[in-house]
Order: sequence, then C-alpha cells, then structure tokens
Amino acid sequence: MAVEVRRSAQGLTLELTGEWGAQQLTALEAQLAAVDVGAAQQVQIATSGVTRLELSGAWVLREFVRRARAAGAVVSFNDGPPDQLGLLDETLKEAEESTAAPPAAAAAGPEATGTLASLGRRAVNAARDLIEGLAFLGRVSLTFLASLTQLKRLRPISVARHVYDTGMTAMPIVALIAFLISVIIAYMSAQQLRGLGADIYVVDLVAIGVLRELGVLLTSIIVAGRSGSSFAAELGSMQLNEEVDALIATGVDPFEVLVLPRVLGLVIALPLLTIVADLIGLTGGALLCRYLLDMPLTQYVNRVTEAISPSTFWVGLFKAPVFAMLIALAGCYRGMQVRGSARELGRLVTVAVVQAIFLVILADALFAVLFMKMNI
Amino acid sequence: MYPALEVHGLVNRFGSQLVHDGLDMEVREGEVFGIVGGSGSGKSVLLRSILGLQRPQAGTVRIAGADITHMSAAQLRPVKARYGVAFQQGALYSGLTVLQNVQLPMIEYLELPATALDELALLKIRLVGLSAEAVHKFPAELSGGMVKRAALARALALDPGLLFLDEPTSGLDPVSAAAFDELVLYLHGHLKLTIIMITHDLDSIFRTCNRVGVIVDGRMESDTLERIVEHPHPWIQAYFHGARARARLGAVHGA
Repeated sequence: MAVEVRRSAQGLTLELTGEWGAQQLTALEAQLAAVDVGAAQQVQIATSGVTRLELSGAWVLREFVRRARAAGAVVSFNDGPPDQLGLLDETLKEAEESTAAPPAAAAAGPEATGTLASLGRRAVNAARDLIEGLAFLGRVSLTFLASLTQLKRLRPISVARHVYDTGMTAMPIVALIAFLISVIIAYMSAQQLRGLGADIYVVDLVAIGVLRELGVLLTSIIVAGRSGSSFAAELGSMQLNEEVDALIATGVDPFEVLVLPRVLGLVIALPLLTIVADLIGLTGGALLCRYLLDMPLTQYVNRVTEAISPSTFWVGLFKAPVFAMLIALAGCYRGMQVRGSARELGRLVTVAVVQAIFLVILADALFAVLFMKMNI
Repeated sequence: MYPALEVHGLVNRFGSQLVHDGLDMEVREGEVFGIVGGSGSGKSVLLRSILGLQRPQAGTVRIAGADITHMSAAQLRPVKARYGVAFQQGALYSGLTVLQNVQLPMIEYLELPATALDELALLKIRLVGLSAEAVHKFPAELSGGMVKRAALARALALDPGLLFLDEPTSGLDPVSAAAFDELVLYLHGHLKLTIIMITHDLDSIFRTCNRVGVIVDGRMESDTLERIVEHPHPWIQAYFHGARARARLGAVHGA
C-alpha cells in the first residue's frame, strides 16, 4: 500500500510508503485519484516512508498537490517537500505558463479540409508529380547526351555492374517463370482446342503469346519487383546517409554516377533477359506438346516457323528497352525523392515498384494498339 | 549493496583479433564513470557487451548484481528497464516525432493513460532543455545538439538509475558541448543517477567524471581522475599529457 490516508478534524494526513517510480505509476495514480480532498482544509503529507522517489512518482505527487491546492486545501510536508518536487517545478514552470498556446494548434495550421479540398489537393499533387517525373526524365536524357562526348563519363564499369546485378542474377527466376507460363498457356489452350480437333493451334498460341507479349511482360514485371525496388532502396538510403549530398559537394553529378548507369544497365539487361525468357518459353511449349499432345518435336518446330511472322520476335524484343527505361526511371526517381526517415524510404520503394509495374502494363497496352494499327 | 555495474574477465574475439583480453571494470552507485580508449580499442564492443547486444566469449557482466551474460531475452527485459542508453548518433526512430520517441519505452513497459503519457514525456523533454517547438518535430528536422538531447530524454523515459552515454558531446560545438556537460551534471545531481560515459572529450572528462577507465591492450585501467593521469602506460600518458591535454591538466593541479 503506497498511500495511507487518515482523516482528522483539520483535514487529511497522507502517509506515503514504498517505491515511487515509473513501474508503480499506474497504481500510484489510481490510489491518489481515490483520495477525496473536497472537504479537507489541510493536507499533511509524510514522505519519510518512501524508499525511492523517482521523477515519474514525483510527478504524480505534484499533480495531486496541485489538485488539493486547487480545491482550497493547505498542503504541507512533514519533512519538507522532497527535492524532486522542486526540480519538477523548475522544469515545468515555463511550460505551464505557455500552455495558453498548445503545440498541437501549431501543427494543424490553417489547412482546408473536406472532400472537395482533399480531391483538389490530390489532383494538384498528381500533376506536380507528373511534371517532376518528366523533369527527371529530361535531366537523365541531358546527362546521357552530355556523357556521350566521353566514354569515361558513361561509366562503363558501373554500367557493367548493373547489367550483372539486374540481368545475370535474375536469369534463374526469369527462366523458371517463362517455363511455367508457357506450360500454363499450352495446358489451357490444349484443353479448349482439343474438343475442336484443333490441337495444332496450341503451338501458335504458345509461340505468339510468349514471343510477342508474355515473355517480355512477365520478365519486366519480375525485374520491376527485383531491380526497381533495389534502385529505389539504394538511392534512398544514400539520400538518408547524405551520400548524394556528398557527391554534389565533391562536384560529381549524382545523375551521371548513380542514375544513368542504372538506367543504361537495365536497358541493356532487360532485352537479354527477354531473349532468355523467349527461348525457355518456346522450350517449355515444346516439352508440353510432346508429352501432352504427343506431337513430335519436328512438327512443333515446323508449326512454330509457320505460325510466327519474322516480326513477331522483334515486336516483343522492341518493347524491352522501353520497359527497362520506365522501370529504371521509376526506381531512381523515387529513390532520389527520399528525405528524412526510414518510413519515407519504405513508402517510396513501394511507390516505385507499383508505378514501374503500372507503367510497364500501360506502355504494353499502348504498344498493342499501335502495332495493330500498323498491321504488325 | 551491489555495484551499479561490474564487468569481470570479459573476453571478446573476432576471428584472430582479440579485442578484450580479460577486462575488469566496476562502477559504483552514484558515480560518473568515463570510459576512454583509442580508436579500435573496443569501447563500442564493451558497451555492446554490457547492453546485451553481443555475447562475450568469456566473462561476466553484472548490472546491479544480476549477471546478464547468461540471461534469456525475457529475463533481460526488467533489467533493461533499469538503464537508459543515449547512442552516439542518437538512434532516434526516424519515423516518429521527438515526443513519440520518448513515449515508446513508456508504452512498451508501462500501462499509462494517454494524458499521463503525454505529460511525463513532455516532462522528460523539458528536463533535457528542449523547447516546446521541438516536441512535434521529426529527428531529421533537428540540429545535432537537439538530437543528442532528444536521445537523452528517451534514455530517461523509464526513470532509470543507470545511464549510458556514448560520446555525448561528439560533433557538438564547444559551447553546446559545455552546456551538455552541465546538463549531465544537473541530472546526475538531481536524479541521483549513475552515469557511464564513453567519451574522447577531455573537457567533458575533467568537468563531469569522478573516475575514469582507460582501455589499453584489451584491459581496463581505472582510477580516480587525479590518479589516472599519473598512470605510466604510454597511451594514457600520451592521452592525458599530449599537447591538447596540457592546458586542462594545469587547471586540475592548480585547483
């Protein structure tokens, strides 16, 4: 029992005992809150039984004393007020004088609220984001043109590292996904076409689907998840660590040493990955046709060459560098935007990946329409 | 009564590199104890071993009598509530405001109503001399000196009896560093804290420390400030009698 209350004619006597620290805070508050000071004229507090009075305990006691005084009681301490109360008075004096202007008011500010205002704010932010994104693309393009004057400024070693990181190391997963996707197409279309006796067209679907669309699209989505996020995270943590500022202060353009090598590296790596995906996809189709449809390998190869026109492969491959640009730009742009906190880093990495995938699919849809109009 | 901190026969080895070779150290209740050592002498490893962030190869670390080297995480929890740590770079949680940073240990350890939580955190923040404007700022918006003070406020969140300060004045200008020393002394005097401070700052050592431990050759030589400066070890001699230290020594012996 940390507080013992005795009532007398003059008022209350409080006997405090035990430890008064942060660990006991909840109990202490509850016990002091239960003390009724309403009728008391005098409150005597004895602190000699307290073994340890820490700051949190002293704070609770101080709150009680203030409450008692506000109720009109005279508060006195048997052994004089403990040191800690004096320390609290000293620390909190200024703060309590200035409570007229609570700090929360400053944080809120005169911002407009309501659905319409938030809609407007979103629209303005989105427009600003788009303009800044275009400015980023412009800056990267200018840096690229400026770097073309000297091979050294294109940072070939750095580019090679990014080709390796984003390309070579992604090969196993890209190959596996391409294989599985061709299996899925072959299996699904075989089920549908068998009823019509048109088994042979399974080959067309696999060959055209993989070469034209799925090979490059799925590879791009995997790369957006792998490399788009790693670009954003790398550049973002460099921003947090002031490494980007250090580069600028040294007179080195971060776009030249950080952004451009990543963009170029991915623009080289993604088409190569797409070729791998195409190859594995066709191989997967061949295996499935052999074992599911009992189609001899020679027939499969013949059918593939008949089904595709010379442009089919190139239509798919043409899209790869464009997608690579979009992924690398989204990753680098968001990474360079990181400021201040680890939470911001996480948010922008997420945004980078989501936008990279979105842009890739949007561009793919535009390409589909474009190629159809061009009759390719 | 147990000493606040007792390290006995501490051995830390990384591969073939022997960092601590039977290090002994004792900090008594109510002291301000300074830990000094050259770069790479193992000050940080010592701190990490004491805080339970790293298990030493051998030796014991007792905090208020309890050997933490063989405790499970669950057993360590109440011990950790009894000390506060202010890290060198502050280590403030970057996604939380100063107020939320100070409240985090309280929320984890205590069950408090929201108003008490706010007021107690504000109290700790005022205590270290931060202004009301700083309360709702994020760590990235603070100056170096404010980060150190905010880290100290967070270290004090649970009313610890023992406080670890890792290079509290590094990176501060001499005026701010001196102000921080005064703050440490003020808190030491009023809150009856035991303070263990890793520092290179000779001004800080002479102003605040009762005793000093110097890590040399994987061991610790500790003594009172007046006596440790006379220690014959060449590194200690160089440290306390180098060009940068002479002026202060004059002040100590003159007094």
